[in-house]
Amino acid sequence: MLIPKNNANLMRTKILIKLAESYLENKFADADRIPLNLRPKDGEISRCCVYKDRAVLKYRCMAGLGHCPEEETDELTSLKEYGEQALKRDTAPKNKLSVIDIACSACIKSQYVITDVCRGCFAQPCRLNCPKQAISIINGRAHIDPDLCVNCGKCYEVCPYHSVVKIPVPCEEACPVGAITKDEFGKEHIDTEKCISCGKCLASCPFGAIVERSQMIDVMRKIKETDKKVVAMLAPAVAGQFPGSLNSLAGALKKFGFAEVIEVAVGADITTQKEAAEFIERMEEGQKFMTTSCCPAYFRAAQVHIPEIKPYVSDTKTPMYYTAELMKKEMPDCIAVFVGPCLAKRAEAEYDPNVDYVLTFEELGAMLVASGINVDECEEIPFGKISHAQGRLFPISGGVAGAVADMVQDKVDFRPEKIDGLTKENIKLLKRYATKGCENNMLEVMCCEGGCVSGPGCIALSKKAARAVDTYSKEGAQLTPQTKLG
Amino acid sequence: MEKIKVRICVGTSCFVMGSAQIQSLEFNAPSDIADKIEIIEERCMGLCKDITNKYNRGPFVYVNDDLIEEATYEKVVAKIREKIKE
Repeated sequence: MLIPKNNANLMRTKILIKLAESYLENKFADADRIPLNLRPKDGEISRCCVYKDRAVLKYRCMAGLGHCPEEETDELTSLKEYGEQALKRDTAPKNKLSVIDIACSACIKSQYVITDVCRGCFAQPCRLNCPKQAISIINGRAHIDPDLCVNCGKCYEVCPYHSVVKIPVPCEEACPVGAITKDEFGKEHIDTEKCISCGKCLASCPFGAIVERSQMIDVMRKIKETDKKVVAMLAPAVAGQFPGSLNSLAGALKKFGFAEVIEVAVGADITTQKEAAEFIERMEEGQKFMTTSCCPAYFRAAQVHIPEIKPYVSDTKTPMYYTAELMKKEMPDCIAVFVGPCLAKRAEAEYDPNVDYVLTFEELGAMLVASGINVDECEEIPFGKISHAQGRLFPISGGVAGAVADMVQDKVDFRPEKIDGLTKENIKLLKRYATKGCENNMLEVMCCEGGCVSGPGCIALSKKAARAVDTYSKEGAQLTPQTKLG
Repeated sequence: MEKIKVRICVGTSCFVMGSAQIQSLEFNAPSDIADKIEIIEERCMGLCKDITNKYNRGPFVYVNDDLIEEATYEKVVAKIREKIKE
């Protein structure tokens, strides 16, 4: 049974709601009550005691306020003070995933263990196949010497009794690029140089120990305390994230105080046309294949971890880029806020001068809940720019390649392949394609399995969201290579 | 036997606070209850606004006539099993 969001993740939503409420009610004057309210004395506990729960919650609140728990210099700094500091900053906090060390359970190092199921058999395939001679038979049972074991898993594969188990570390298992590792005390740390900001570790940690800096408070302050026009740019994955129509959502955001709401699918249409043109050009030049570039986690992975593939990555900009460019042309002084399912977009925004802030759907949801806005009851406000079917389908695996295919038509041979999910295996596969070639010529790479609808910042179930995206796309007009955009 | 009505509130507040996750009952409900339930998406029932006495206790889910506050997938499944036994 898979419940996509576990208790640790749901708690994050509650924290964001409480922080948004605290800001709106009294600018964090009572913020230090949040951990107490979420873990009252006689309520349930999820760690050793209510006090530890509250201590962890305080760090999670810090992250919700845009601070990194590692920055703590004085344990007595209150959430009220952290909140006030957040209200003083004028630029977005730098994106960073980090581990709350007291929340990290220091899972035992990933390893293979031989269980009591071992029969001490005559064949001893585990011992024979071990490349490091780490297995010996002691008292009629196989035994792994942890100092010699290199975690290759051969014994696990060959034991006819399935007596070898693998004990994984969830965050390390989830991280596709080996950016999260243990220190000498067994606590996890994230190497910022290696991290691609995909958020897989955050979603996978059963202890809710991994956090990232939120920009929610910054955006709320810009709306409520400055006279700047704040524009929400809704990623195409928004369909299905808030029950009610997208036009009602636009109404809800205007009610909250956003000056303008635009769909990033509009930018996705531009990406589609440009990427198709680029693809045709590259194929005519005789390049083996091209990969998409809209997924910022993949884009960064290619730069840092798969340098072989860099020449094949499309140079076309992302839908967020074109949408923000459009907005800044029309309203040069506006504050452009991208709202999406993605944590890696925060990293992308740091290199995009037109994007000021990035929110997740979860954070936007928390803002709406805290201000008592029900999307379904809001006025339906039509979008100024209308997106097309192709751009709307970007957040589903296969959507980007499909859109480009529609533009390329039969001008050049088009053989798409979906790389659905940036896993350790798929990174190896991409390396192989870059060095040894690939039978297909268009690789669509999505870091999140299933596409952006499965991103870590989503609210809705990916299955339902994918359905909503598909329906919304079918309502859109078809884009053609001749359609004039912008 | 008449199906048990599971009415999940999908108003913004309930949806964000976790009813979105309870919707996984539509796809992979445990086999003992899967064919005994009917899932209904309910627009905001106004329960979250009744916060004069207590703080918003969403998400709200009705299993037949029983209201579940701070509903979770687990709580809803437990209630459905209870109803089946009745």
